[in-house]
Amino acid sequence: MITAFFYRALGAKLYWVVGLLLAAAILIPASNLLLPVGHTLRVPNYAVALMGKYLTYAMLALALDLVWGYVGILSLGHGAFFALGGYAMGMYLMRQIGSRGVYGNPDLPDFMVFLNWQELPWYWWGFDNFWFAMMMVMVVPGLLAFAFGWFAFRSRVTGVYLSIITQAMTFALMLAFFRNDMGFGGNNGLTDFREILGFSVQAPATRAGLFAATCVALAVSFVVCSAITKSKLGKIMISVRDAESRTRFIGYRPEYVKLFAFVVSAIIAGIAGALYVPQVGIINPGEFAPANSIEVVVWTAIGGRGTLVGPIIGAILVNYAKTWFTAAYPELWLFALGGLFVAVTLFLPKGIVGTIGDYFAGRRERKLVEASDTPPPDLPVMRPQNAESYRGETRPQPAE
Amino acid sequence: MLYVAPLWPAGHLSRKGGDHSFLCRIRTITVLAKRTACLISPLAGEMAGRPEGGAKERSPMSLFAGLLAFILLALAILPAHAQSVEDLVRQLPDGSFSDRGRVVQALAATGDARIAPLLESLAAGDLNVIEETGRIVTTSGRGDTVTATDALTGEEIGEVASAGVERIRVNNSLRRAVRTAVGQLTLMSPDAGTRMSAARAMFQAANPDNVELLDEAIAQEENPAVLQIMQEARAVAILRSDAEPAAFAEAVDVIVARGDRQALGILQAALSSADADVTPTIDAGISAIQRHLQLLDVGQNVWYGISLGAVLLLAAIGLAITFGVMGVINMAHGEMVMLGAYTTFVVQNMIRASFPELFAWSLAFALPAAFLVTGLIGIAIERGVIRWLYGRPLETLLATWGLSLIIQQAVRTTFGASNREVSNPFWMSGTFDFYGIAITWNRFWIVIFALVVFAGLLFVLKRTSLGLQMRAVTQNRRMASSMGIRTPWVDAMTFGLGSGIAGLAGVALSQIDNVSPNLGQGYIIDSFMVVVFGGVGNLWGTLVGAMTLGVLNKFLEPYAGAVLAKIFILVFIILFIQKRPRGLFALKGRAVDA
Repeated sequence: MITAFFYRALGAKLYWVVGLLLAAAILIPASNLLLPVGHTLRVPNYAVALMGKYLTYAMLALALDLVWGYVGILSLGHGAFFALGGYAMGMYLMRQIGSRGVYGNPDLPDFMVFLNWQELPWYWWGFDNFWFAMMMVMVVPGLLAFAFGWFAFRSRVTGVYLSIITQAMTFALMLAFFRNDMGFGGNNGLTDFREILGFSVQAPATRAGLFAATCVALAVSFVVCSAITKSKLGKIMISVRDAESRTRFIGYRPEYVKLFAFVVSAIIAGIAGALYVPQVGIINPGEFAPANSIEVVVWTAIGGRGTLVGPIIGAILVNYAKTWFTAAYPELWLFALGGLFVAVTLFLPKGIVGTIGDYFAGRRERKLVEASDTPPPDLPVMRPQNAESYRGETRPQPAE
Repeated sequence: MLYVAPLWPAGHLSRKGGDHSFLCRIRTITVLAKRTACLISPLAGEMAGRPEGGAKERSPMSLFAGLLAFILLALAILPAHAQSVEDLVRQLPDGSFSDRGRVVQALAATGDARIAPLLESLAAGDLNVIEETGRIVTTSGRGDTVTATDALTGEEIGEVASAGVERIRVNNSLRRAVRTAVGQLTLMSPDAGTRMSAARAMFQAANPDNVELLDEAIAQEENPAVLQIMQEARAVAILRSDAEPAAFAEAVDVIVARGDRQALGILQAALSSADADVTPTIDAGISAIQRHLQLLDVGQNVWYGISLGAVLLLAAIGLAITFGVMGVINMAHGEMVMLGAYTTFVVQNMIRASFPELFAWSLAFALPAAFLVTGLIGIAIERGVIRWLYGRPLETLLATWGLSLIIQQAVRTTFGASNREVSNPFWMSGTFDFYGIAITWNRFWIVIFALVVFAGLLFVLKRTSLGLQMRAVTQNRRMASSMGIRTPWVDAMTFGLGSGIAGLAGVALSQIDNVSPNLGQGYIIDSFMVVVFGGVGNLWGTLVGAMTLGVLNKFLEPYAGAVLAKIFILVFIILFIQKRPRGLFALKGRAVDA
């Protein structure tokens, strides 16, 4: 059954994406490690780290797309799941420092020694083990999403209200993590990492390995999301997005569908965060900032929500632009980003991939019509209520 | 004459008008006589003529009697204090600290006006003695030679070698003696402000020996505020003495009436040294003060809460309109607030440059300017962007977020990233006391302003045709449209109004917050919380929501700290939304589904 579940996901698009990602996972580290420095085809170290970061962002955007593009939940707090996964990974990395910190305390991380803590708080227990930390990377965001979604979806908090309370959630978490008493390093967060699984975090080989791991994780997430959206459940998700009440009246339970998607999405975001931290070398409460989460939304929107490839492309494009702008015209970046927000929502409501897809779909349709000799039957056109015809004077109200 | 002039305040005599009893007048003169007796001996004759000039309207009879008493008293006291001020001052460097303490007291008893500054510089350690001449001087400058000034006469002496100058040393007990002495000197000054500060000093360093002095001062004091402090100072002095229980209980009452933390400290200190028979009185007093203080704390928190609530109300009310009427989430709302604050900055600069005399009323010009600027920008945003996105609230949210980034960056490019200084007009600075609760004027005016804006908006919504149309569109857009209301126009006006009110909020917030490009960011999440909590489409909901959140926040803060309080509020709202997904005052009927 599980095989069938994934089998259904297969398709040309999936082969392409997974193939490209796996190729990148092999070729880029190989070129970085094997070719001599200065070779034209060699990918420099910084570029490996940068691309690894983009790919974790792409994973985060993919996670958001699963809930926003397919279930219609606009979460303005996905950065929180990302950051929580990152913190879980950061805690493991902190424990790996051992007695090599500034204060040389074998039992406590530096910031706890600095704050005069006597013993490790209970929630740090177990993070010495890699497998436990990896479990937490998925369990913590998953549990938060489950608890949050359980309450929110059962109470039928929808649309804008839901967006605002997800924003409140990440804002509250940000404030909480800024506090020193929380035991997560307060303002400075967790940094100064040394080793991951015994390999130095700084070494190019480890970096390359992390990059490859990110590629694989993104590919796996893509396959999982693809399988989910193409399954029967995926169809129900889309129907919840487009007509929640109608789906409920038919007999489905939209709240459970939403909850499932929300939790899966949070777990993917958590894994993305966990891969992000060792490549960037720091995790701090700034990652919880509501602005970050909104930026994720724009990556997804630009790439094209409701398509799984879109958010990946969007995240990589926007972040590349950000890197370029902040180096070349730092003061123009916010203009560009703000302009992108406005332009995409006004002119590209389906995003880049969605628009291109529409174009090709339209061309196929025209070809089909031209190929068939008989003109299409002149049936009365059934238009859904509240559609284009009402634009202007009145406001259509599709379920968001 | 010179010696006495500042001591014989015309105020003292004129304050006691001619209608006062003879006895009263005698007492006044006696008090003064006591203090001046020692220095009038060489000047007695001259002195005798003084009241004539000072109180021309008095009857010859009473004048004569006064003079008689004066001279008699002077004669009686003279032998005991036959030392001149100069002699006393010269004794300052000599002897043990306690001897010098007595000299200070004697100096104070002379009542000479030059003594107070001299003693103050003594306490500050600025007083020096020139070893050769024994002259008491204050010095300035550093190095081998210093500039010396006679401490008593203020005469410039010129450069002296610093090796020949020795500082007069003081210790804490001497400083205390000096403080009391200065208090005595100033307690009967003609200037109410001086008397007030003297009484306060007495209150701080109460000494049982001062009771008599305070009694005298109280007897002639007419200013009620000063009188109260004096009485409190007297009560503290009594509490520190071993007076009989009746006087003690009276003093406790006076202190309880004061009722602040200081009073509590005084009573607690008194408790430790009190006899067993007065302990219950003090205990009762302490618990009375503690009750009062708790009440004050509650009052203060309520005020802080209301003040925070007013700020939230100002920031959220514009949002509530656009959200309520148009279902539009305006993420650029915070930036409208920020633009309002910057408009204030620009208007103040223009006024300062062109019409400095109008500066006190700069806010009155800034208000309409900010309303217009942000209102017009709001209309432009509605016509340019939001109009194309109706029916897609989540995408409106994104587009307005993009706009907010652009506006922020534009302001940063124009005005710089650092804070801009917006000044408070005089009537907005300072504090006033409201039954023991300290209220700053700017917070007070902001609360008033928020309520005025709220009332104004309520008026617009209920009493104008635009308001009628806005309400119709809120309730049923299509029906309103069918009835001939131009909904696009209403939308534009609503958005303009909401943004304009954000601009007004910006003017108010510029008075209490840093005017920087990030100003709006700090308020946007809070305003959303208020709107969501209060319920959409209902101004009263916004009012109740803002005030509830403000007061709740300020009541949690003492227990949880500011950050944790905020987190609690956010969690509370998240949970509250589960229970009432449409807020406190939900709109009923079909509009809910729209």
